[in-house]
Amino acid sequence: MTIADMVRVLNAKVLRGGDKLDTPVFTACCSDLMSDVLAFVDEKTVLITGLTNPHVIRTSEMLDLKCLVFVRGKIPTEDILDSAEEQGLVVITTKMTAFSACGLLYDMGLRGVPVPTAWDAEGN
Amino acid sequence: MEELFRISYPVAAADYSSAGKASADIKRRLKQLGVGGDVLRRVAVASYEVELNLVIHSEGGELCLTVFPGAVQLVSSDVGPGIPDLDMAMREGYSTANEEARSLGFGAGMGLPNMKRNSDEFDIKSKVGTGTTITMRFNLSA
Repeated sequence: MTIADMVRVLNAKVLRGGDKLDTPVFTACCSDLMSDVLAFVDEKTVLITGLTNPHVIRTSEMLDLKCLVFVRGKIPTEDILDSAEEQGLVVITTKMTAFSACGLLYDMGLRGVPVPTAWDAEGN
Repeated sequence: MEELFRISYPVAAADYSSAGKASADIKRRLKQLGVGGDVLRRVAVASYEVELNLVIHSEGGELCLTVFPGAVQLVSSDVGPGIPDLDMAMREGYSTANEEARSLGFGAGMGLPNMKRNSDEFDIKSKVGTGTTITMRFNLSA
């Protein structure tokens, strides 16, 4: 699927990067905890989040993420969006909750990025 | 070893809005120097984590990038307060971050372990009342 498919399924509004909607996507992660995203995500993926501070964009920049999905209709400030655009990130917003957005995207074939869990470290 | 490039960035304590700017610049400069792929991502993540740590925990410090022919080195040094228990600090999930850092999505106790995981060599020295120095090296594949 492509980012354009995500926009359609989530009934989302494209905030930045409208020229890159044909980018293919295979995986996603959903988190408001940037510490976890930085620690566990190591592929160019999609981040679904309810956090709209500048560190979401900086985290995305460090990890070369492809697309940011803001849920519950959240929209970051213009300067944050501009810095996302500078990096070539696609930014979209949907009125859906994170739970519903993830469910619909999973149903469409998007899968979670493989991440180690706390259980792995304990050998469970 | 011969230094090809060196740059230092001052990092102010509690300057949450600027946190990450040095790391973004480091990433851009390394990219210009032809560093890419997995190693660039690892340097960027470790740099951002260590820069955040300077902002969240230190009383101010600096982040220094040095590029050698076969490696990239990041050194973070601060003027305090120092870490009383390094073993605890290196543990995943252990954090002394304040509410402001947590509200921004950080302070989950992943920073130091994540720096260690992303770097090829990791060294941390800390003395309470003096400060902390973290040295990380990343090997560049030929």
